[in-house]
Amino acid sequence: MTADSNRPDGGTDRSHGAPRPTLPRRDVVRRLLTDRGSLIVVTGLGASAYDVAAAGDAPLDFPLWGAMGGAAMVGLGLALTQPSHPVVVVTGDGEMLMGLGSLATIGVERPANLRIVVLDNERFGETGNQRTHTASGVDLAAAARACGIADARTIDTIDEVERLRADLHDSTGPLLAVIKIGADPEPKALPPRDGPFLAHRLRSALLGQARGLEA
Amino acid sequence: MDNPTPWAEAIHRLFRSHGVSVVSHVPDAGHQRLIELCQTDAAIRTVTLTTEEEGIALAAGAYLGGARAALLIQSSGVGNCINMLSLPHVCRMPLVMLVTMRGEWGEFNPWQVPMGSSTPAVLEASGVTLFRVDTAADVAATVDGAMSLAWQSRRRVAVLLSQRLLGAKRFTTESR
Repeated sequence: MTADSNRPDGGTDRSHGAPRPTLPRRDVVRRLLTDRGSLIVVTGLGASAYDVAAAGDAPLDFPLWGAMGGAAMVGLGLALTQPSHPVVVVTGDGEMLMGLGSLATIGVERPANLRIVVLDNERFGETGNQRTHTASGVDLAAAARACGIADARTIDTIDEVERLRADLHDSTGPLLAVIKIGADPEPKALPPRDGPFLAHRLRSALLGQARGLEA
Repeated sequence: MDNPTPWAEAIHRLFRSHGVSVVSHVPDAGHQRLIELCQTDAAIRTVTLTTEEEGIALAAGAYLGGARAALLIQSSGVGNCINMLSLPHVCRMPLVMLVTMRGEWGEFNPWQVPMGSSTPAVLEASGVTLFRVDTAADVAATVDGAMSLAWQSRRRVAVLLSQRLLGAKRFTTESR
């Protein structure tokens, strides 16, 4: 028995075996955010934030520029305190892996309005395309299900992306969707990165200008 | 059993009067009574965390959603929070952390001492304003003022509840 045979994928590198996932990330995110209405969108740092910005930076967006591993928990805080808004966390596989424990916390809290979308290119794209654990078969949707997030799916077709778009608005429970995307780099599309501006913009959109300024 | 933390009721009343509606925590003996009070309060959503930094991000999300949050942790978990503290720091968000201290007065577990000793320096270096309480009589006024500073001036604050206050003896048969 080799050491590699203990790995979830039995030691094979999917990038040399099964075809690499190829859904185009910008197109996926643009479709998900079409006619987004009252969706609040929290992004993880890096390419996920750029994808959401490329779809059109909006007052109900809160892109993280750091705090790696924290996106899902920021989403949970918003979901618990803004129950009438669907809250969508758009993040990458690397960022989600760093906050894996938060799936357990979310699985316990089960906010009906929280959706987590993991754009999974099986790479740490910001830092030189190193393989993430998902490249070796770690299954984030299965982990989410095991944590109590019953609606957890892995998506690799545009039809499923379109169904997910509807579910972001209409689902009656928390969901997590892992979308297998291509690893080709996209041009940078930078959202604003001034923290007080981003926080005030979102709070004002949700609470009104006056309350937005008060803690 | 007598109540080893009679000030827990005072902090809970302050949560109510300050409008705190989200409280997150990790398992902690020093916060046990306060956690129970929050869990049985319908006005407070009490969230159990797997690790302390989750609570920093949760509090940030709650602030964005228009709510006030507090985080109950132990000094041993402060180090877990360092990078996540950049989020409320750079976004100028309020944050209230109540930290029970280990590794100081009367500590029996040497593994608690390093993080207990570095907790004040770590928090201050991360942009958190510190308050420390050593006597039960000072708990309410200190927590009250710390929370007011956090909300009104949008500061990150931590109240360190000292091991002298908590009573080291009660930990001698317990591990974390």
